[in-house]
Parts: sequence; structure tokens; C-alpha cells
Amino acid sequence: MNLFSLFITAFIVNNIIFSQFLGICPFLGVSKKIETAAGMGIAVIFVIVLSSIITYIVQALILVPFELEYLQTIAFILIIAALVQFVEMFLKKSSPGLYKALGIYLPLITTNCAVLGAVIINIQSEYSFIEALVNSIATPAGFLLAIVLFAGVREKVDTADVPVALKGSPIALIAAGLMSIAFLGFSGLQI
Amino acid sequence: MNKLQVFRNGLLKENPIFVQLVGMCSALAITTAALNGIGMGVAVIAVLTGSNIVISLLRKVIPDEVRIPAFVIIIATFVTIIDLLMHAYTFALYQALGVFIPLIVVNCIILARAEAFAFKNGVVDSIFDGLGMGIGFTFAITLLSSIREIIGNGTIFGLRILPEAYEPMMIIIQPPGAFIALGLLIGLVNYLTSRKKA
Repeated sequence: MNLFSLFITAFIVNNIIFSQFLGICPFLGVSKKIETAAGMGIAVIFVIVLSSIITYIVQALILVPFELEYLQTIAFILIIAALVQFVEMFLKKSSPGLYKALGIYLPLITTNCAVLGAVIINIQSEYSFIEALVNSIATPAGFLLAIVLFAGVREKVDTADVPVALKGSPIALIAAGLMSIAFLGFSGLQI
Repeated sequence: MNKLQVFRNGLLKENPIFVQLVGMCSALAITTAALNGIGMGVAVIAVLTGSNIVISLLRKVIPDEVRIPAFVIIIATFVTIIDLLMHAYTFALYQALGVFIPLIVVNCIILARAEAFAFKNGVVDSIFDGLGMGIGFTFAITLLSSIREIIGNGTIFGLRILPEAYEPMMIIIQPPGAFIALGLLIGLVNYLTSRKKA
């Protein structure tokens, strides 16, 4: 598969939120304002790119040669948790500005299933290293796109006159569904 | 709090899906057929009860500062066990659920119950909490997946219940349908609970 079509597929056609349902918790939880949504999206890009590089190396050099593939889940979640901790400490020392911007979202990312999902998908689809790298840039970029668009919609929905029973999360889910229909329009797109 | 109360809490009053809105990824992704809902539910019940037992047994041993990594490893162990068991015995279901079986590790329900309940309560209470929350989750996703299967395919558990002439609404079993069906279902639950109070 060529890299450009891989990128578009992971970015829009198989959007991580609207067609794969990974990372729904932060998608619903931190999408009340556009600024915070963008912060979360950027933090997710950062962590997914780093963790997919490391998990790819661990898978190829440790788990496969020693026939330990069944430890994949445990190994990957440990790598992600350690990485998030490390990134947090590193940012705190090296760029306090970025740390302040991302700070509160970083710990939340460990339990963001988008991260574990993306690295497992990389391994399961048997991508080469470059393909895995492209996929792990496009996937969280799709997350950023979805969460920022959705935050924009939610800011409007907040002021709308919604039936009492649907206030809050139900109407947010329905709005997400309508956006998902728009993304469905891209399915079958051939590049 | 008595055992029955702990158990019932998870079923309705603090239902993970309808009230707490945790564990949404798997609830939205795999609920295209009623059988998937039950399969996912059973896997979550097993992992949740198992991790609750171990965490409440070890709660005096695990230091406070490293409790989250410790929880994650215990949970990941149980998920690996379930993953291997399902691969061996229920292969069709294993393929239908796909990446969402390893992703039980990051299902917020399990970590949330470890942190909020099992780490502070005894083993027996934790078992009841795990079962109650797990069954509440199973109930919610089975209900959602049944609705989606009936409207989107005219069947339930693979049995046809609507006549052949019924034109299935494909959109309901496609991704947008998951969001919309769950949104309306939570709205309905809100409506019913607010009417009960009034």
C-alpha cells in the first residue's frame, strides 16, 4: 500500500473516533472547549508516535525472538504507562510552557484506549516500520481533527434548547452520531 | 453497606454505561449484534471480578504511590488470561470482538472500580461490587446491541423476528447508529428516572 493512501485512510476514512471507536472517553470528556480539546489532541499525537516506535522495536527485537507474543498486552501497557510518566518529567524540565499546556492531560492518556489500540493495530496489520510510523501519525491526527470539530459543535449545542432528558451527554452522543454520518461519506474512497 | 446493596448499586443506580458513562469505547464498537454484547459483558465480568479480588487481597501490601501501575499489571494479567481462553474456546467471538479484547485493560470501568472500591474494601464486598458492576455493564451493552440488531438487521441472536419484507435500517449497525442509539437510550433512562422521582 502506498504511504499517502495509508495516511488518508487512517486520518479520515477509518477515523479513530468515528469509525473505530477508540478514545471515546477523552473524546466525550474533554471536548467542552476548543482550546482544551486541541491540547488533548496534541498530547495524544505526541504519545502515540513515541509509543508506537518503542512498542514496534520491543515487539520485533524482544517479544518475537523469544516467542513471548502472549505478553503483548502487559508489555505494551507498561511501556505506555512508563512513557507517559517519562514524557511528563521530561517536559517539566525542558519546556515548562508546553508542560503547562499539556500537563493535566498527560496522565489521562495512559488509560486512553486510542494509544493501546493504535499500537496493537500497528502490530496486527503487520505494517513495516515506515508504514507503522505513518499510521501512528495519521491516527492521532484524526483524533485531533475529530475532537476539535466536535468541541466546536458542543460549544453551540450548550446554548441550544434541548429536551431536559437529553441534556448533557445524550445530546453530545447524538451530535457525534450526526458527525459520524458525515465521515461515513468518505468510506469507499479510493485513492 | 450490606452486600445486596453493593450488588444492586452497579445494576441500576450507578450503572457504568447509563449513569457513569465509562467503558464507552467497547460499548459503542462491538454492539452490532446481541451475541457480541453478551460475550464482551462476560469477559468484562470475569476480568473485573478477578482484578477486584486480587486488588482487595493485596490492598495492605501495595504502597499508595505505585498503586496505579500495580493495578494496571494485575488487570493486564487477567485480560491476557481471558484473551487466551477466548482464542482457544470461542474463536468466532474472539474474531468478532477483535482488538477490543486486549483493550479491556484500558476500559475505565475496571481501573475505576479498583481505585474507588476494591482498594478500600474487603474481599467479599469487592466480589459483589465486581459482579454488580459487570452485570450492569453486560445488561446495558446487551440491551443496546439487541436494539441495534433488531432495527439494523431484523434479527436478535441471529434469529429473524421481523418479517422478510422489513427493510433493515443499515445506518443503525454502522458507526453513526452506535452514537445515536446510545444517546437516545441514555435519554430514555434519564427520562424514566426523573419521572420516577417526581
